[in-house]
Amino acid sequence: MAIVSMTVNGKPVTADIDPRTLLVQFLREHLRLTGTHVGCDTSQCGACVVHMNGAAVKACTVLALQADGGDVVTIEGLANGAELHPMQAAFREHHGLQCGYCTPGMIMTAVDMANRLGPDLSEETIRSELEGNICRCTGYHNIVRAVESGARAMAGQPMREAAE
Amino acid sequence: MTGTGIGAPVRRKEDQRFITGQGRYTDDLARPGQTHAAFVRSPHAHARIRSIDTSAASAMPGVVAILTGDDLAADKIGGLICGWMIHSKDGTPMKAGPHPALAQGKVRYVGDHVAVVIAETFAQARDAAERVEVDYEPLAAVVDTAKAKGAGAVVHDEAPDNLVYEWHLGEKDATEAAFARAAHVTRLDITNNRLIPNPIETRAAIGEYDAGTGGYTLWTTSQNPHVARLVLSAFIGIAPEHQLRVIAPDVGGGFGSKIFIYAEETVCVWAAKKVGRPVKWTSDRTEAFLADAHGRDHVTHAELAVDENAKIIGLRVHTTANLGAYLSTFSSSVPTYLYAPLLSGQYDIPAIYAEVDGVYTNTAPVDAYRGAGRPEATYVVERLVEVTARQLGMDPAKFRKKNYIKRFPHQTPVIMNYDVGDYAASLEKAMEIADVKGFGKRKRESAKRGKLRGLGYSSYIEACGIAPSQAVGSLGAGVGLWESAEVRVNPTGSIEVLTGSHSHGQGHETTFAQLVSDRLGVSIDTVNIVHGDTDKVQFGMGTYGSRSGAVGMSAITKAIDKVIAKGKKVAAYALEASEGDIEFADGRFKVAGTDRSLAFGEVALQAYVAHKFSGQDLEPGLKEGAFYDPTNFTFPAGVHICEVEIDPDTGITKIERFTAVDDFGVVINPMIVEGQVHGGIAQGVGQALMEGAIYDESGQLVTASYQDYQMPRAGDLPSFQVGMTSTPCPSNPLGIKGCGEAGAIAAPPAVINAVTDAIGHEEIAMPATPQAVWRAVQRARPAMAAE
Ligand code: FES
Ligand code: FES
Repeated sequence: MAIVSMTVNGKPVTADIDPRTLLVQFLREHLRLTGTHVGCDTSQCGACVVHMNGAAVKACTVLALQADGGDVVTIEGLANGAELHPMQAAFREHHGLQCGYCTPGMIMTAVDMANRLGPDLSEETIRSELEGNICRCTGYHNIVRAVESGARAMAGQPMREAAE
Repeated sequence: MTGTGIGAPVRRKEDQRFITGQGRYTDDLARPGQTHAAFVRSPHAHARIRSIDTSAASAMPGVVAILTGDDLAADKIGGLICGWMIHSKDGTPMKAGPHPALAQGKVRYVGDHVAVVIAETFAQARDAAERVEVDYEPLAAVVDTAKAKGAGAVVHDEAPDNLVYEWHLGEKDATEAAFARAAHVTRLDITNNRLIPNPIETRAAIGEYDAGTGGYTLWTTSQNPHVARLVLSAFIGIAPEHQLRVIAPDVGGGFGSKIFIYAEETVCVWAAKKVGRPVKWTSDRTEAFLADAHGRDHVTHAELAVDENAKIIGLRVHTTANLGAYLSTFSSSVPTYLYAPLLSGQYDIPAIYAEVDGVYTNTAPVDAYRGAGRPEATYVVERLVEVTARQLGMDPAKFRKKNYIKRFPHQTPVIMNYDVGDYAASLEKAMEIADVKGFGKRKRESAKRGKLRGLGYSSYIEACGIAPSQAVGSLGAGVGLWESAEVRVNPTGSIEVLTGSHSHGQGHETTFAQLVSDRLGVSIDTVNIVHGDTDKVQFGMGTYGSRSGAVGMSAITKAIDKVIAKGKKVAAYALEASEGDIEFADGRFKVAGTDRSLAFGEVALQAYVAHKFSGQDLEPGLKEGAFYDPTNFTFPAGVHICEVEIDPDTGITKIERFTAVDDFGVVINPMIVEGQVHGGIAQGVGQALMEGAIYDESGQLVTASYQDYQMPRAGDLPSFQVGMTSTPCPSNPLGIKGCGEAGAIAAPPAVINAVTDAIGHEEIAMPATPQAVWRAVQRARPAMAAE
């Protein structure tokens, strides 16, 4: 067993874990933060994306011990209390989710994308940046709209309403 | 349209929990004292089990129990069932072998369930599962669909030729006569590639047994928890129906693959009593590839006959359908009654004859996957029609239009009676949105850049709203396919709607609330949709076959009508008027011709306090239930147009435009409906260009991960252009037809018709991967196959 300490969604946590515990298992099973999902076993689907030290990582491909001393943000830590993060609001406004299973990973990836690349994301950029996230429900059409709009809203620009 | 009623693009109520990470999927649940299960799976496609030695595994840390097929047999637990009886042409019933939840004597595909290891942690269960020693005697395996019939390897002794059934539909003699007088016959050999459904949430289950009450609970990733309970109790015999509660909480996509009653879920409930603790299992992705039911996998020879005026006069097909190693829950119906009755497409075809051989192979079971039979039929029809137009030198749109059914109702030669439609309207609208007029110019521009551009149509029809119970009963279904609803009005006027359908991405919590809001004039915020728990909802048939709107919402409508009728009685007492004078509109019960009225909520309160009427004259309370059995299938139809550009040097196909115009009848929430279309198209494009399950000759699945099986990703797809036409469905009270499967049905032939248009010949099969396209482009254009 091994001791691991990190900050998760702003709160310090410490636990004694089996060293082979993945970060996603640590979040889901030890901290019961089940918003981060697992969709594959080959680091392909992105359902597990969280932010570690400010960057998106696939939590299924990081050992919890590698996050020791780090700062982790999950989908549960994104909203500001009752106020949704602009990217969360954009996914709802643009119907960027159906079953919701890929959604936490999509949103965390999208926030990271906007943080890195700024508010003006072209469709081509968004589609290529989503390479590591698989959605089986939406056909990505509305996810692209949501990310475009959410990135703008993150920069303080008003969110466009979905076309009707 | 504004507001929250029928036709409004209301943002989804369920999204709040999903975008904040508060969804509750089966794997998110942890029961007190739970143990974890890992399955020992067959590494062989076909083998006899000589012995299973669990001694080393039992000694591993944390192991609670190891169970095998012998334990199942000792407890007299029955096998998994197939719920649709198909009879062969000669009248004999289909030949089904046994399907134990844990193998007994033999394994029949890679991934078949041999034993289960239950341990304190999942890691311990897995570690121990690797130490279970199984002595196998490998047997020859049969894998290839086309070669299964009469192969040396026999999957089940009950079906010595590996033939489950030799089924047929339609009129053989009339069809032969049509072909005899045909001016032109088109012949195609068609493979409908095998797909793996891949909802992003894998299957999971927790079984729990309460020794105090003798009751069981199963939390599971199911599209139809009541059907699961019925099968687990009545057929598999785990517990009486009233002692088994099945809960399907949030479910992360299904696409058909979560309809079925599988081995793992069955074992979790059964084992929970044996170990006296909850037993949890969550599939990993590799297991999902190996052991979820697959879809499609047809090999077909198809022919279309036209007369000298380019009028279609006959169609015949011979299809071999791979059913895998065992008959899954509804597998037998998919290549038969969900397939051949759609072979008339949107066309007036006087004679049709279809023969279907269902075969066993040493591969995973094959069952319904989004569209289920209808994509296979549409692919056959739309490839035949497109190729025929090309061979006749006719414009494919004109050829289609000429042969469309124009008068309704229309009885096809293959069971279906189409109630309504306007196929030309969808075609014209799609051609306009797709700018077909400008295609020639775009093609020339592509040619200047050395690229090949093609355009492909698909005029699809599907039979949804599954289904009239008597009709499906006469065709062999083991169940009725009605739906139930209960509308419970609370004393404060808020409402719970209990439905037997199940939402796993379709947005029922919003759409169904819109219906209630529309009919009762209440805010959707005061309406709660309850589904997915057999203790709350009495019975229901679940969600598949695009049935929840047409059938599920019709049941709700019926229950709402009863609520209004009862409300009028209550209002009559409260307003001291006669019942016949009470009108209900805009959420108020009014005395006709006066200004006396009560709001819906006030009447609800009166119904419960029961102060204004005698409980002997009128029962207190406001709660009504309904069962709705549809009078017919519904027939959503439309036209999809795909435009591709191919790079002849790399074989890469880029979808430049994808246009979908669909007639779904009345649409409750256009935002959600468009989302369903998008998702369906993505799966259809996946089938056409990327996805394909491949078994090698020994029966190993070589596409068992996302690195080997190509799922459509954002960069593989364009944005879609979606339009609608509408002929309201006369067969249900709301005029709804259903939209869940359209894209997956329509897209594959649209894409392949575009690809073949670009490369200039028909010799390519799905998936048209860059390698396949590159080869097809290199090949000299062969002479056309037909006369
Ligand atoms: S679960 Fe992490 S990438 Fe699929
Ligand atoms: S919304 Fe279901 S997988 Fe993306």
